[in-house]
Amino acid sequence: MTTKARFPAASRLLHWMMAAMIVAMLFIGVGMAASVSARYELLVSIHRPLGVAIFVLCVIRIVNRFINPPPELPDTLSSLQRFAAKASHIVLYALMFIMPLVGWGMLSAARYPIVLYGPLRLPPILPHDLTLYAWLRDLHAGLAYLFFATFLAHFGAALFHGLIRRDGVLESMASWR
Amino acid sequence: MKPLWFKVAIATNPGLLVRLGAIGAVLLSVIAAFAYTGGWLSPVRLTQDRMMAAFRDANGTHVGFRRNHAKGVCVTGWFESSGQAAALSKAAVFRPGRIPVVGRFALAGGMPFQTDAPATVRSMALRFLLPGGEEWRTGMNNIPVFPVNSARGFYEQLLASSADPVTGKPDPVRIKAFLAAHPETVRALPLIKQHQVTSGFANSTFNSLNAFRFVDAAGASVPVRWSTVPVQPFAADSAEPSAAGDKNYLFDNLIAQIAQHPRQWRLIVTIGQADDPTNDATLPWPAGRRQIDAGTVTIDHASSEDGGRCTAVNYDPLVLPSGIEPSDDPLLSARSAAYARSFTLRAEEEHEKPPSAVTAQEVQGEGKS
Repeated sequence: MTTKARFPAASRLLHWMMAAMIVAMLFIGVGMAASVSARYELLVSIHRPLGVAIFVLCVIRIVNRFINPPPELPDTLSSLQRFAAKASHIVLYALMFIMPLVGWGMLSAARYPIVLYGPLRLPPILPHDLTLYAWLRDLHAGLAYLFFATFLAHFGAALFHGLIRRDGVLESMASWR
Repeated sequence: MKPLWFKVAIATNPGLLVRLGAIGAVLLSVIAAFAYTGGWLSPVRLTQDRMMAAFRDANGTHVGFRRNHAKGVCVTGWFESSGQAAALSKAAVFRPGRIPVVGRFALAGGMPFQTDAPATVRSMALRFLLPGGEEWRTGMNNIPVFPVNSARGFYEQLLASSADPVTGKPDPVRIKAFLAAHPETVRALPLIKQHQVTSGFANSTFNSLNAFRFVDAAGASVPVRWSTVPVQPFAADSAEPSAAGDKNYLFDNLIAQIAQHPRQWRLIVTIGQADDPTNDATLPWPAGRRQIDAGTVTIDHASSEDGGRCTAVNYDPLVLPSGIEPSDDPLLSARSAAYARSFTLRAEEEHEKPPSAVTAQEVQGEGKS
């Protein structure tokens, strides 16, 4: 059996906007942590406001999920696959909510001014503390790798549904009709 | 265990294997792109990790210390703006008035316990705490120009000038090869050698070296470089205190002088003209450029890095208030990136850090170690 149900338009719009932003963010993050070139400054200046934008959209998306619940998964999926789908979605939501906060907190603990654009900046949310900074900085990187791995699993599963199982799960999100 | 439908599908539809392979190829490509972006597939690309490894190779491992300018003391004081730079930059720091400053004096190099010596480059770092949470951080050196103009040049200089494990001295062959590849350094070194070394930190002039841009209220910008010029009179270095056996004589003298009387520097802003180089810190600007006395930095208190207010601060040259912007100098981005990584490493190591060379007791004894 395949599912014909689709995600509502608002959910699809949020998903694809955030997909592009989050994948860009992961690449910007790993790129800027390696760079000493002129690109470093550019990447950092994108990373901070983009992180804030992802956080704001994530909150909107969680609200939207209650207003517009996702379609049911096809009943041909095993309970293990259902669990994997549910768990990976919870991890993705948790990461897109927590990563910006960890980034904000880590910059606060280091007392870097958190410039978004021009004079627009965020206030510090944690005390100035080197040890706290080190802990949050490592957490930020660790969560980023976890995010990338979860994104790969999510992307791979979507392709598997679309190309192998052909059960309508990919189309429920990836359809422009 | 694959479900039955899957086995049947594979047997009846060989195209399925191709599609499975395609999924694998797409995922592997994403992983490869990620690894490429992170520098793992490019052994010769200069990354933050490789820059830190070069500091380790040159200086050894000193846990908890800054990877460069490792030996230093914290200072505090204030900046009294003259208001004269306010027409060129809308930054709040230049409006007439007084704002607090947290600074650091240090010696260049990654050895936190090196013996003070006249020839070692001295630095002054300042953190201006502007009203409303804005900040201006700047790190300046007592040399007139920087010896290199790129991150790559800095990296190669660091490796070429590090001590040979056998002789304990830099290898002249490597230095010669470095200079052959870096004509900008060959041009800059005589200017650096010409500058007269003073007797201490308090009568040294410190230069921003990199160019920045001042932006006024209307959005117009001019290229600038800045310096802190001592109010204290010039005295040439006699190099005798070092011979007398005080490894920290530069720091101890500074601490004693500050304890005796606050020390002051004028913040002099040099305004560049349209064709003055802003992207090359090895090139001086022509003499006679317009200069503005933006105000006076007063330092009235010194403390050891251990417990000092400068210790948990990264003097990132790209921490700038609205009204000061980076120039096109690639060293600014490189410094910001390398400082950030150095800051993270020492934060991770903080619990293992031994006491700094200039200890709290030494500062309490007003520099008499």
